[in-house]
Amino acid sequence: MWKATFGGGVHMYDGKELTKDKPTTVLLPKGELVFPMQQHIGAPARPVVAVGDQVLVGQKIGEASAFVSANVICSVSGTVKAIEKRLTVTGATCDSIVVENDGEYKSVEGFGEKRDVTGLSKQEIRQLVKEAGIVGMGGAGFPTHVKLTPKRDDAIDFVIVNGAECEPYLTSDYRMMLEQPEKIVGGLKIILSLFEKAKGIILIEDNKPEAIAKLSELVKDETRITVKTAKTKYPQGAERQIINVATGRKINSAMLPADAGCVVNNIDTVISVYMAVAESTPLIRRIVTVTGDAIAEPRNFSVRTGTQYSELVEAAGGFKVTPQKVISGGPMMGLALFDLNLPITKTSSALLAFAKDDAAAMPTSACIRCGRCVAACPSRLVPQKMMEYAENFENEGFIGIDGMECYECGTCTYVCPAGRRLTQAFKQTRRSILDERRKK
Amino acid sequence: MKNLWNVSASPHIRSKVTTAVIMWDVVIALTPAALFGVYQFGFRALLILILSMTSCVLSEHCYRKWMKKPGDGYECSALVTGLLLGMNLSVNVPYWIPVLGGVFAIIVVKQLFGGLGQNFMNPALAARCFLLISCAKPMASFGVEKAASGDTARLLMAGAAAVDGVSAATPLAAIKAGETASLSDMFFGFTGGTIGETSAVLLLAGGIYLLVKKVISIRIPAAYLLTFALFMGLFGGHGFDPGYLAMQLCGGGLMLGAFFMATDYVTSPITPMGRIVFGVFLGILTGVFRVFGGSAEGVSYAIITGNLLVPLIEKLTMPRSFGKGGKANV
Repeated sequence: MWKATFGGGVHMYDGKELTKDKPTTVLLPKGELVFPMQQHIGAPARPVVAVGDQVLVGQKIGEASAFVSANVICSVSGTVKAIEKRLTVTGATCDSIVVENDGEYKSVEGFGEKRDVTGLSKQEIRQLVKEAGIVGMGGAGFPTHVKLTPKRDDAIDFVIVNGAECEPYLTSDYRMMLEQPEKIVGGLKIILSLFEKAKGIILIEDNKPEAIAKLSELVKDETRITVKTAKTKYPQGAERQIINVATGRKINSAMLPADAGCVVNNIDTVISVYMAVAESTPLIRRIVTVTGDAIAEPRNFSVRTGTQYSELVEAAGGFKVTPQKVISGGPMMGLALFDLNLPITKTSSALLAFAKDDAAAMPTSACIRCGRCVAACPSRLVPQKMMEYAENFENEGFIGIDGMECYECGTCTYVCPAGRRLTQAFKQTRRSILDERRKK
Repeated sequence: MKNLWNVSASPHIRSKVTTAVIMWDVVIALTPAALFGVYQFGFRALLILILSMTSCVLSEHCYRKWMKKPGDGYECSALVTGLLLGMNLSVNVPYWIPVLGGVFAIIVVKQLFGGLGQNFMNPALAARCFLLISCAKPMASFGVEKAASGDTARLLMAGAAAVDGVSAATPLAAIKAGETASLSDMFFGFTGGTIGETSAVLLLAGGIYLLVKKVISIRIPAAYLLTFALFMGLFGGHGFDPGYLAMQLCGGGLMLGAFFMATDYVTSPITPMGRIVFGVFLGILTGVFRVFGGSAEGVSYAIITGNLLVPLIEKLTMPRSFGKGGKANV
């Protein structure tokens, strides 16, 4: 059977069998919780509590400071211990609110109350999503209320739920599709009510047959929603690729999904929308896959934002061997960590610990021009030539061959038989070009 | 502080296919045809292959050592060059020919231009052409198949094919001179020729192995062979006679060239469209050389000429990036 997919990409060992059959466990935090004010793309949130304040579950402690920004919601009850710079997964520090957990989980009034979604106006839905501090939970963290507010609602033809989960090792979206499929459909219906002309597409890769079966069964009577199966391949879950796979449309780096009549949301984001709108529960938890060959008992956790990564490792039985590399996120686009005293944020999808660091074990040798990078690039670029420009700091040439269309998925580096650090060089070049543009 | 974790930019995982793995795959794919050459032409053919490979690997090793250049796995690519060079030589060449060819291929064509990935011509073919021009006499005599001992196996492989003695001339030269040759012999390889080029079927099998292992893409060989067949049909003087076209496809260095040398990574275009353009160009050029040229052969010269055009072809065939031309409008 022909299955939809995109040009380029690669199917690598995905390591999902480590965690895909393990039910999600709820993990309650033990120590202090840290809430960085920047957990999203856009302007950082502004703290609206002071040191010493009592805070409750569901209370807004950071307020969106611009249109493209997001609220930060407290996930426990307790006392604000400090507002100070704390280290985040990026390796940089960020203004953060530190809360001492009192362990009682007292919540704000109305928290968790069921709400009838049918009577809500578009304005009310958008306001609820905004208040809940929901951002894209696939990794980029783009504020969801901004996504849901295009210039014209009737220009949106498709609302795509991204269930590709193409990053190896990650199974958090998969577990959600199995455990809370009705919330996914419910969330999608809420989003569809904003865009009267749109059709809903839930796109899932064919390595998750049970999820496909479950969701297909659930939407079989829905006229506006379909489940679409795609051939498993990385980076299918990238926004530009998933739009292409689901609708055949193409966008480039200068365009937004809305320009192609699409709104794309990750599985956990759609669940969060449902919880915010129908269950009065703002974004205070996320599903995190804790896995890798150095983890004693790999599995998925439903964990409150602000919890320390170290508590996750502990709950997963600790390290069975000393890891060489620890990563926040997937192995293709995740960030390597040097410390575990970091908070889980809205965009923390996974914690990986590898006994052996593939990247360090692979020596770099001369390019043999095999063309694997060209064949694998989902953006249809020529990484080999981009690398020549990047190595010589020729930014103009790099831009000239559309190097800025690269979104750093890492596929070229993964396939390179000479172990060349292509993506890494492109990151550097792209940053330097963006910096130059900013200065102008 | 001994338990520090590694920190580096993503991606954090790597494919297991390394340069050395690829080079070994090419060696594996070439082995059946090379072994057939040894079976066909005898022990001397094996010696030539070994001399050629040793010369290449030693040249690579010594050059890198003396020039104090680091390099892991470089010898694997030299091994491929040596094997290809040996397979492109006649069994009758003096022993110093493969040695000289190997030194020329590695030192002059490859290392002096910057080593692996930097040579602008296929080293094995450049060396072969260098030898053809510089040592014309020893290079001109082609091996005759060993008739007596090969009969049984040959009958097994070729079915009931007629057992004719083949003259010292290659079948292509015979066809060009107006004589006939046996297609099945050419297909299975019971003909004269260089050590590795005779058995079209084993070269094809090696090519398919490389395609299945995704070491090469189908673009260059397919474009090359199809264009060449079309050209020979139009200008070969025999029309689209299937027998004639099949003989032209099986004859000479075409199969070896199309699957193993035109697809050489370093000296072929990296762009998908460029690979098709390159294949078409080689097909036409090989046809021109075979039909209008003085020799019955043309593959080697066609490929090294094509190699020179690679930068230009790449420049003209850069792929269109994803979503290019799309406009932000809503």
